[in-house]
Amino acid sequence: MIVTTEKLTKRYGDRAVVDEVSLSVRRGEVYGFLGPNGAGKTTTIRMLLGLVRPTSGAARVLGEKPGTPRALLKVGSLIEGPGFYPYLSGRDNLRVHAARRGVDRTHVEAALEQVDLMGAAAEKFRRYSLGMKQRLGVAAALLGRPELLILDEPTNGLDPAGMADMRDLVRALAAQGQTVLLSSHLLGEVEEICDRVGVISNGKLVAESTVEQLRGETVLVIKADPIEKAHVLIEGSSLHGDVLHVRETDAGALVRTLVHADVDVQEVRPLRRTLEEVFFEMTGAA
Amino acid sequence: MGSVKAELLRLWKWPATWVLIGVWLVMTLTFGYVFNYLALNGGTNTRSMSQQQLISAMQPENVGAAVVRGLPMFGGAIILVLAALAIGSGYGWGTWKTTLTAGPRRVSAMAGTLGALGIVVVLLVALTFVVNVGASITVASLEGWDWSLPGLGVFEALGASLLIAAMWTGFGVFLGVVTKGPALAVGLGLMWAIVTENLLRGVGSLLGPVESLTRVLPGGSAGNLAGAVGGSGAPGVLTDLSGTTAALFLVGYVVFFVGAATLLKVRRDLV
Repeated sequence: MIVTTEKLTKRYGDRAVVDEVSLSVRRGEVYGFLGPNGAGKTTTIRMLLGLVRPTSGAARVLGEKPGTPRALLKVGSLIEGPGFYPYLSGRDNLRVHAARRGVDRTHVEAALEQVDLMGAAAEKFRRYSLGMKQRLGVAAALLGRPELLILDEPTNGLDPAGMADMRDLVRALAAQGQTVLLSSHLLGEVEEICDRVGVISNGKLVAESTVEQLRGETVLVIKADPIEKAHVLIEGSSLHGDVLHVRETDAGALVRTLVHADVDVQEVRPLRRTLEEVFFEMTGAA
Repeated sequence: MGSVKAELLRLWKWPATWVLIGVWLVMTLTFGYVFNYLALNGGTNTRSMSQQQLISAMQPENVGAAVVRGLPMFGGAIILVLAALAIGSGYGWGTWKTTLTAGPRRVSAMAGTLGALGIVVVLLVALTFVVNVGASITVASLEGWDWSLPGLGVFEALGASLLIAAMWTGFGVFLGVVTKGPALAVGLGLMWAIVTENLLRGVGSLLGPVESLTRVLPGGSAGNLAGAVGGSGAPGVLTDLSGTTAALFLVGYVVFFVGAATLLKVRRDLV
């Protein structure tokens, strides 16, 4: 495990912003940290980086205590938008960051190249578009070839093209074996690029599994007449209004059974919950 | 060292650094030489200074006193603004978050900022000295005075200048960390440096204990040290304490401001 937390908790007064969260991120995976705004994602991530001290519980990042130089030097992060000096160019901002990380400044050019910012490297940061700022944030996170990349809402504020660029970038990093912890409230983004997800709601981790497991099994939806007769014929089926739901993938066998019993089959289609439906179910968000 | 290098790079390229240093140099030239020169050559009001005092204030051998006398109040205020901006802006820009997740310990990151600010402030004092030397030699040459370069005593004045500058830097750093932003830190700092202590001195003429207190407040201690090493004729310069006592108070303030700011920075959550 590259990140583990055990009953990690952060309270502000009586309010638990993060409440006994136990999660784990495996080496080489893209882990989606999913939750509505204000669910506790950023506070959890800040605790993993040592910016916020937990009230109770424990966390290990690459086997180290969060926030220690040994942990931080192996982690690249972008938290709630990039924090750079507006009067410096993108290149100079990365040089400052490289000096702090003890990374040779020659790596700066490679990082700029990796996020496709070479053409704008000499421009002042304050003149960057939001997408360019986010990419510079990723470039800073990549300096020193970190073992773990933590990206907190990296597509926040980006237009669709910028979001697609960021997804492509994360995919490319994942393809190179980079471990990524990606926090987001955008379900499509997580569904597309993450291997496993943790869902946090009201400070509690309500689920942690692969996207496939989270979405559950595919069910068959059958519309037939008479529906009651079909319901009796198909064992384990459940009636939902004028349709049946069946946990069965052999649609042909089911249809044959119904037709032989003189049931008129009007529609048979597979149904699988989207991550969005699962998410709303778990978090109570709408 | 990486933290100092990083901070130095960003302070060096920060326009605010050079604007503030430039403003200070213009002020020190204007109030130290231009106005005195004009007063000497036909001015009707010489601020109660005799011609001999004006000449003495502009002599190259008195450059040390010229440098130190500006720092207790106006120079100090500029240094405080620079330090408060350097620290406080990082909260608004989000650069503290980037700094503290880059790798170094919080105490190292803070030491890097303090080290770089220290270098900038030493540069400011050095530039002030050089500009004052240049101006005083120019005036002396124009007026045809016999002049000589400052003696070894100048190091005492420069040392005092650096200690005063260090105190105001520490004060600015402290305010920047406490207020977690540049605006309030600068506002409070300027209020203190230029208004509050002067008001207290006014009250002090009515209340003895307040008068005693004003002598050892940050600005008061700075003014007393400046007065003890020959600075005179500028707002904020005092002669109520010995140089050693004033220097000890200033060292105490530097330790308190820097220590408290570092402790807060290390212990406080960055949210």
